[in-house]
Amino acid sequence: MPFTRRQFIRIGAAAGGVAAASGLTTNWWNLQAHEIPDPKTDGDHVVPTFCELCFWKCGVLAHVKNGRVTKIVGNPAHPLSRGRICPRGTGAAALLYDPDRLKQPLLRRSKRGQQVFEAVSWSAALDETAKQMDAIRTKYGPEAFALFTHGWGGSWFTRLMQAYGSPNIAAPSYAQCRGPRDVAFTMTFGQGLGSPESIDIENARCITLLGSHLGENMHNTQVQEFAEAIGKGAQLVVVDPRFSTAASKAKYWLPIKPGTDIALLLAWMNVIIDEKRYDAEYVTKYATGFDELTKHVASKTPEWAYPITGIPAEKIRETARFIAGFRPASLIHPGRHATWYGDDTQRMRAVGILAALLGSWGRRGGYILPSAMELPKYPGKAAHTAAVAADRKQPSLYPLADETLASGVCDATIPGQSSYQLHGWLVYGTNLMQSLPDPRNTEKAIQALDFIAAIDVLPAEITGWSDVVLPESTYLERYDDAWSPAYKQPFIAVRQPAVQPMYDSKPGWWIARQLAERLGVDDYFDWTDPRQVIDWRLKAAHQDPGKVFLNGVVEGQRVPVCEEDGLQLSFDTPSKKIELHSATLAAAGFPPIPDYTPHEEPPAGMFRLLFGRAPTHTFGRTTNNRFLGSVYGENEVWINSIAAKSLAGFEDRPLKNGEYIVLENQDGIRSAKVKAKVTERIRGDAVYLVHGWGHTSNGLKFAKGRGASDSTLVTRYATDPIMGGTGMSVNFVRVVRVEA
Amino acid sequence: MRFNVIKKRYAMAVDTRRCVGCSACSLACKAENDLPIEGFRSWVETETKGTFPNLAMEIRSERCEQCSNAACVSNCPTGASHYSKGGVVLVDRDLCTGCKACVAACPFSARYIHPDGYADKCTFCLHRVERGQQVACAENCPTKSLTFGDANDPESDIARLLRERQWKQLDTAAGTKPNLYYLV
Ligand code: SF4
Repeated sequence: MPFTRRQFIRIGAAAGGVAAASGLTTNWWNLQAHEIPDPKTDGDHVVPTFCELCFWKCGVLAHVKNGRVTKIVGNPAHPLSRGRICPRGTGAAALLYDPDRLKQPLLRRSKRGQQVFEAVSWSAALDETAKQMDAIRTKYGPEAFALFTHGWGGSWFTRLMQAYGSPNIAAPSYAQCRGPRDVAFTMTFGQGLGSPESIDIENARCITLLGSHLGENMHNTQVQEFAEAIGKGAQLVVVDPRFSTAASKAKYWLPIKPGTDIALLLAWMNVIIDEKRYDAEYVTKYATGFDELTKHVASKTPEWAYPITGIPAEKIRETARFIAGFRPASLIHPGRHATWYGDDTQRMRAVGILAALLGSWGRRGGYILPSAMELPKYPGKAAHTAAVAADRKQPSLYPLADETLASGVCDATIPGQSSYQLHGWLVYGTNLMQSLPDPRNTEKAIQALDFIAAIDVLPAEITGWSDVVLPESTYLERYDDAWSPAYKQPFIAVRQPAVQPMYDSKPGWWIARQLAERLGVDDYFDWTDPRQVIDWRLKAAHQDPGKVFLNGVVEGQRVPVCEEDGLQLSFDTPSKKIELHSATLAAAGFPPIPDYTPHEEPPAGMFRLLFGRAPTHTFGRTTNNRFLGSVYGENEVWINSIAAKSLAGFEDRPLKNGEYIVLENQDGIRSAKVKAKVTERIRGDAVYLVHGWGHTSNGLKFAKGRGASDSTLVTRYATDPIMGGTGMSVNFVRVVRVEA
Repeated sequence: MRFNVIKKRYAMAVDTRRCVGCSACSLACKAENDLPIEGFRSWVETETKGTFPNLAMEIRSERCEQCSNAACVSNCPTGASHYSKGGVVLVDRDLCTGCKACVAACPFSARYIHPDGYADKCTFCLHRVERGQQVACAENCPTKSLTFGDANDPESDIARLLRERQWKQLDTAAGTKPNLYYLV
């Protein structure tokens, strides 16, 4: 954001006006007399590791000089960064040196949520945590204790839970984010998309984005490939209520009415089938249910979809033809954050089915099937719980969920909400007050707990609600487990400390191990140094640990990832085919082919609240980062310029761009003050916020009070009946004036 | 081997089609050059035209235009602003009094006053270029939107891009002969 800089200059320019008149002429003669300034930020040594400013995990090089990290750059040897990192990644040193970091273990000394703590020793904090965990284990059984986790370092705590004996291990990245997508693709093709997503953006000739704001969402390699594709002339079709960065580069921008994407997808299928533009050979060979699909979409004409979506029938036809014209290298991008309206698995099924009609699954420029390098698990005692997770009211609910629901685990903490109640939480690296819907409900659950401990780097809101706070080292100060994802260029990457832990922070592996010891389950941790685990795994993978740590990464053999490479396609579905019609869904009582069902619309005077990302931030994880904040230091609420002219309560003076307002939702909940961005770039029936702002934690001295939290306003959500995802784009807000 | 009779002219091409405006350039620069928190040598401009739903937007990664006829140099009363290797405009901190004449003269608002009292702006990372490295922003740009090089060397990537692609320049009316090219 050049705002600060510009302001700065304007002041400077005014003051410099007089001096300007006295200018001299050029002085080429002086060429060699001046020194070339060198900021000297190169390290005296460079440590390869991988980033954790988001969850993409790019390979980076940390420059270290006199024991301080001076800068982070991309590791050219790492397939996910190729020497280039996103803006957030460059801010890692500012996280490491954030003055607001949690510095010592803390014990709560007042009511929960009041943020009153006493700094204590590690042994006191660990003893207390273990004592409470032990008490819960004795009183209710180990399954009454839950772990919420997000991030690569969470693996040590997952191990701790396995040792302790609880199945209640949940990440909000499932039911609050990508869950519906992965379930839908598993239903359709027999496998989910994982992270990094198994898509071949780079070779796509046409990319269709539905609500996915690539370029604002900076998953590094995806954006790199996106630019590469654009550079090679790929065409874009962008479906978004907002004129996103991607939309500005698109051949077609379709500003769809929020909540109607399924109707558009069905109409596209209608045109593509009706005009025989699908890949008939591919569909015959690999898919089942085509006749049912044809019948299903026969009435879903562009004329039918127009009044629903607001997109003229001719535009729908034209774009359907356009998209089909590039098949199979026509990528319908699956997005990532998919929990919008509660019918998200069905929407993602529609995306998958359309991709199948285009013959783009298993094809270059479409969905590819990468492999991971072998990286054997460190041997050890197996998890020992017989209990099922408490994440649903009845075990029969959400039959197709394949991971634990974080929202359900939270609910199960409130008496009577599940088959059994949870009494203790360990929260690793996820700010539940912003990552779960309806923070009022989360508060209620927390107040019902016997015990809650948080492990974090910064004093996020959740730490203020905890009984014990355990300060973790940042990724630049610690080892974590090795990583071998499925990717078109297979690799194994390692994380290692660039500098010693600052303050009294400790790496996650150490904290988990210490707790295991105190709980008498350290037989699950038969090592004392994480290098024993990592080196064992690398050797079992026939790698030389010394070499891997020297480079931060080792690449494996590329293998065929699509038909063009010679890959034979197979599908791990019940029919062993692509299931355009899903018997599994039908058997579970759900529509076997996606249907459009209307969603409630905002009442007059209110807007649908949409949220997303800014390229410089990973939601609340980076909002306290002063380095990143220098570019983007508060969120704004986007409001359409015409809609801004007729706001109730603004009759005497219309809303001004840059004016601070508050948002009030359908339940009367008000946001913090937030700057209005009055813009042409959004529909008149929705407003948009970047997620993760509006912090209230006293410890976040930079972030506190900046912008508004969309999470506060998400007091209701629509649950996906198929897998329990929480659709959060179902809240309505009005704009309230606060400035005199 | 070619004879090096033509002077180097360092220039940068900014591909507005590839750029997503993520600010990785600004931040990589800030880290490389150890800038103060409020200081920027590069920044992102977005220009939106039209009304909903007929919109167009251009995104540009901007920085000092490294003009060949630089207003900052001709207006500097102390000789601190000067041309260095490849025509890059630099500020000699020892000579700079922080008078802001250059800040006022620059038509591109490329300069700011560093808290230590001198005028600061993009150096095209000459300290790196001299060592045979890339400028920091271009080296890091995730979208490969930035191409730096010697525009006078017909075989350089930048010379090739300027031959093959359409480009424009900012505010040429000021007559400062900028060396940044925006590929459109
Ligand atoms: S995408 Fe950015 S923040 Fe995420 S891992 Fe890569 S460099 Fe780090």
